[in-house]
Amino acid sequence: MKALSIRNLQKTYKGGIQALKGIDLDVAEGDFFALLGPNGAGKSTTIGIVCSLVTKTKGTVKIFDADLDKNCGCAKSYIGLVPQEINFNQFETVQDILLNQAGYYGIPRKQARKNAEKCLKQMQLWGKRNIVSRRLSGGMKRRVMIARALVHNPRLLILDEPTAGVDIEIRRSMWQLMREVNAGGTTIILTTHYLEEAENLCRNIAIINHGRIVENSRMSSLLARLNVDYFVMDLARPVSNAPEIPGFVIELEGDSLLNVAVPKEQGLNQLFQELTERDIQVSSLKNKSNRLEQLFLDLINQDQSQNA
Amino acid sequence: MNNWIAFTTIFTKEVRRFTRIWPQTLLPPAITTSLYFLIFGTLIGQRIGKIYDATYMEFIVPGVILMSVISHSYANVVSSFYSTKFQKHIEELLVSPIPNWVILAGYVSGGIARGLMVGSVVAGISLFFTDIFPQNLGLALFVALMTSTLFALAGFINAVFADSFDAISIIPNFILTPLSYLGGVFYSVSMLPEIWQKISLLNPILYMINAFRYGLIGVSDVNIQMAFIMTSGFIVVLIIFSLFLLHKGVGIKN
Repeated sequence: MKALSIRNLQKTYKGGIQALKGIDLDVAEGDFFALLGPNGAGKSTTIGIVCSLVTKTKGTVKIFDADLDKNCGCAKSYIGLVPQEINFNQFETVQDILLNQAGYYGIPRKQARKNAEKCLKQMQLWGKRNIVSRRLSGGMKRRVMIARALVHNPRLLILDEPTAGVDIEIRRSMWQLMREVNAGGTTIILTTHYLEEAENLCRNIAIINHGRIVENSRMSSLLARLNVDYFVMDLARPVSNAPEIPGFVIELEGDSLLNVAVPKEQGLNQLFQELTERDIQVSSLKNKSNRLEQLFLDLINQDQSQNA
Repeated sequence: MNNWIAFTTIFTKEVRRFTRIWPQTLLPPAITTSLYFLIFGTLIGQRIGKIYDATYMEFIVPGVILMSVISHSYANVVSSFYSTKFQKHIEELLVSPIPNWVILAGYVSGGIARGLMVGSVVAGISLFFTDIFPQNLGLALFVALMTSTLFALAGFINAVFADSFDAISIIPNFILTPLSYLGGVFYSVSMLPEIWQKISLLNPILYMINAFRYGLIGVSDVNIQMAFIMTSGFIVVLIIFSLFLLHKGVGIKN
């Protein structure tokens, strides 16, 4: 069964801005799905429509086969949303936020308390349950939003940039939590600007730009299309000029750091051989950016040049 | 989906909100109305004499009580629902499967609860100044309930359209308060020149105050049936309009 099925989704805002130009999208049950795109591409509008926060202009949205127009209550009951911005009542305690949320889904108070305890423990917030939420740190507030989204046991969890603005340690712990939630059978749709996050977590991906889906495939098959890797090399001894090696694009940064573009057909062995012949010693090597980032930029640029 | 649980969740949240901040919500009307009773009822009222065989204090008590019910039913919903929009936790409700009528019922019931609670506080204070034995307590309570329902609905509509905190104070300050004062709280419309009596009959609050006064002390400037018809009519119209606004997402959805 499809967790989410979108057909010909269109949205034109007042003033004529066409945010979505007819999107088709399917997300399989149990998937961890990335929905990526630059700012203003239409990601938030798509999620807003799926979550009933934005009124669509045209098209259909089905959540686990329940049509959002014809069977709205049922469709909505499947969804849990973690929005971009903090949107809970900051004058309520952490536990009350979750209990109210459960109440909105018709869950009896006794069961709601059990669910809230489970979610708060899972998010390592149980000790903060009686704290007024405005006193929490930014990372904790993010986790409260995830706990709130999970309190009614949704089948589809939508995470709209859940780790924006949180430090790397919290981000990594949130990744682990998301993996656990997905492993428990919950379908997850993730939007993020941290492409490393999408690459690490998601199995399938759609890229949206200018209100259209420009790519929709498995993460692994998308990454397989990457034909250039970018590396940063720290040199043991400074050099005055970037070495010129046929088949590689090399830039010198400062006097002891090289940025190298390595085509897939060339490989690193040849590069190291050439560098050794030039008496250039490499002390360390790392990927300049994650692989998905480069693909993402290529696809967006390609789409923009086609639309130009 | 259990709508009753969803409704009680919103209602309980609303009641907890205004009782938690009781120095802002319940205390001020107690002080203000004590001053009304002291200045208008006791000091000035002794020189005014009787209206419809009631002392001036007895005459103004129902109006002051209902004026408090009106302003606090309205204020509770308009401030709470607008804050919900402003802080964006309206999204919690919009994402959830709660039907629109349950959202409306929850917020309006919260407004009714505050209106009636403030009305009870003011009624309690009035007992320090005069002894009123309700002529028809059931009628008075029913009028208070209908009036608080009507103004809680009006507050909800104001909050839906409001796009700033200024917008939620314009109607209470420039429409509601003048209409309440001109609705015969402190005087009988029969004391006005004929032309002003006719103009006063266009003020819906006049009917509610007089119906409530009739329930408490048995006197009224207007026809009680007309008061019920008018209030019921307004309630029905405002419920339909509120549900229409929620359905269309006016002021709450893009």
